[in-house]
Amino acid sequence: MIRLPLLLLFSAFLFSTGIYGVLARRNAVMVLMAIELLLNAVNVNLIAFAGELQDVTGQVFALFVIAVAAAEVGIGLAIVILLFRNRASINVDEVDLLKW
Amino acid sequence: MVALLGAEGAATTQIGANWFVQHAWVIAVLPFVSAALTLFFGKRTPGGGPIYGIAAIAAGLVMSLGVGWHFVQGGGPYEANIQWFHIGSLQMQLGIYVDGLTAVMLVVVTTVSLMVHIYSLGYMHDDVRYTWFFVVLSLFTGAMLDVVLASNLFQLLVGWEVMGVCSYLLIGHWYEDPVNSGSAIKAFITTRIGDVPFMFGIFALIFATGLTTSNIQVISGLVANHQVSSVLVTAAALLLFGGTIGKSAQFPLYVWLPDAMAGPTPVSALIHAATMVAAGIYLVARTFQVFVSADPIALHVVAVIGAITLLLAAFLALVQNDIKRVLAYSTVSQLAYMVAALGLGPEGYPAAMFHLFTHAFFKALLFLGAGSVIHAVHSNDMKDMGGLRKVMPVTFVTFLIGSLALGGVPPFAGFFSKDEIILAAKNGHDLWLAAVLLIGAVITAFYTTRMVLLTFFGEYRGEAHPHESPRVMTAPLIVLAGATCFVGLLGFAPVGAPFLDWVYFGGEPLEAVFSPAVAIISIVAVVIGIWGGYTVYKRWRTPDPITRLGGVYTLLERKYYLDDFYWNDIVRPIRDPIAAATYWTNQYVIDGVVNGSAKLTYAFSAVASWFDRNVIDGVVNGAGTVSAMFGRGLRTIQTGKVQWYAVGLFLGVIVLTFFITTR
Repeated sequence: MIRLPLLLLFSAFLFSTGIYGVLARRNAVMVLMAIELLLNAVNVNLIAFAGELQDVTGQVFALFVIAVAAAEVGIGLAIVILLFRNRASINVDEVDLLKW
Repeated sequence: MVALLGAEGAATTQIGANWFVQHAWVIAVLPFVSAALTLFFGKRTPGGGPIYGIAAIAAGLVMSLGVGWHFVQGGGPYEANIQWFHIGSLQMQLGIYVDGLTAVMLVVVTTVSLMVHIYSLGYMHDDVRYTWFFVVLSLFTGAMLDVVLASNLFQLLVGWEVMGVCSYLLIGHWYEDPVNSGSAIKAFITTRIGDVPFMFGIFALIFATGLTTSNIQVISGLVANHQVSSVLVTAAALLLFGGTIGKSAQFPLYVWLPDAMAGPTPVSALIHAATMVAAGIYLVARTFQVFVSADPIALHVVAVIGAITLLLAAFLALVQNDIKRVLAYSTVSQLAYMVAALGLGPEGYPAAMFHLFTHAFFKALLFLGAGSVIHAVHSNDMKDMGGLRKVMPVTFVTFLIGSLALGGVPPFAGFFSKDEIILAAKNGHDLWLAAVLLIGAVITAFYTTRMVLLTFFGEYRGEAHPHESPRVMTAPLIVLAGATCFVGLLGFAPVGAPFLDWVYFGGEPLEAVFSPAVAIISIVAVVIGIWGGYTVYKRWRTPDPITRLGGVYTLLERKYYLDDFYWNDIVRPIRDPIAAATYWTNQYVIDGVVNGSAKLTYAFSAVASWFDRNVIDGVVNGAGTVSAMFGRGLRTIQTGKVQWYAVGLFLGVIVLTFFITTR
């Protein structure tokens, strides 16, 4: 059985990678993918503690997160497609109409 | 008040004082009441209000005749006082003192005043201030009656001053013309100059009584018994005479009287011939004991002033073209006769009073006659008259009677009284004074003849259409002319001279004497005057023959330069600095205060405005500006780049985590 700290470190690594992707990538698709990393880092955390504590609640939450992540990706990709249609670009830096 | 008067009054006579004498105070009160009634109800009364004054003064005349009857019967003086107030030891009383002199003056004042009131109905008809005129006329009459009846000097002074005010108001009755109001001011101020010594004379006499009373009889008693130092009495006499010089228009203060002719003619008749100017003479007569007991110098001063004024005024009357001014100077001159007669002492006293009595009638007659003429020709100037005897027969006859009386032709009033004064001067061995009086008689006859000839004889030279005056004006003329014909006989020795039994000084009446020699000399003087006047003025000639006198004429024309002297050397040096100071005060102090307050307000407004603009607006605008600055600063955060927002979120989470974990 894999030790809990190792799992948490792995989860933190995934999360950090995801944060980096969300904040630093210019490509909208890449940002969406980084969000998946974030969610899955959380999932790893949930599963790890569920196993450690012998409690099924964490696994149930992980299933919920996977469902929500699927929906999120669906909406997110739809936005990106619409963006591309309007702007012929998926660079998130160029989408700055929501400013003063 | 009646009861009080009766209680304190002590009739010191074998014949009991009759009702009229005991109630003589009513005579003086009535005109005041009528003045008040006219003032408050006159305009609402049919006829404009003169009815009150005429009723009051007619009642006064009846009562005066009742008072006179007491003295015709040989009654003695009557005095009654009530307490008014007191200042320390000084008792102020209200009271009446009635003796023969008072009775004569009461009859004169009420008669002339009544005639003037009636005459004014016609003369002042259609005047702008008709009702007001009668208010002041009544008030004036009341004040004069107060002077006549007053038992003490303080009460006398009150009436005296009220007369001064009324005189001012009446001279300036037509004040729209600045000449008239100037004359009113001149009369008021000039008489006031005499009033100052008069007041000090009263103070001196009150002081002489040990500050206890101003009662004339008490003072006379003290003075007669030599209980007062001679110096004080002499000073008091001369100071009192100052009041006479002002009020009775004697040299050097006579200048106001001719200018007072600016008033309506009935006023000239009432005030400036018959009554007010007589008040000065009456004052000396009332306080005569003071003059008699004083050093002889006092009476000499009185006589000399009288003589000087007599000649100066008579000469001035020669050159006047204004008929009223001729009469005005003749009034000054005739008053001077009375003053000169008083200056002779107790011998001249009844003569002076007799002349006052007769003069009041014939001078009032002459003034009212002149008013009638002026009313007809609309001019005061004798150049615009002439030939009026045909169109104005009543005025002519009555005026002629008055003129003969003034000129001193027997048997008219003026002859007897003037004769008595000359006789008194001769008997007093003041021959120089008798000579002056005779010269005065010649000149008087001369200018009177001139006036009558220029007015009523020859051809009419004016532009108007003269006509006889209405009956309301001629009736008083006829009454006064009748009086002028007969009052002289009251002092005529061969018919008993009853006047001398009524008015006398000292214990016993003077013996009535008639000197044919004096009468003849006097008649000769009058004839010379009339003959001279007739010779020069029997035909109208221009220029006036009197202008041929050259330098003398110029001197008379310029009124001896006395008015110029007063104007240039007294009035202006006093008036101009006061005017300049007042002007300066007005310009710099009053205006300065006004402008200063405006400037102060302006400055304060500027401060308030600055505060408003900069501080209040600054706070408001500053709030806006600061908000805008914050807005400008903060909006740079909102870049629209979603990732930057996410960076913010992430940093926030880190900070929160940091705070939560370190707590």
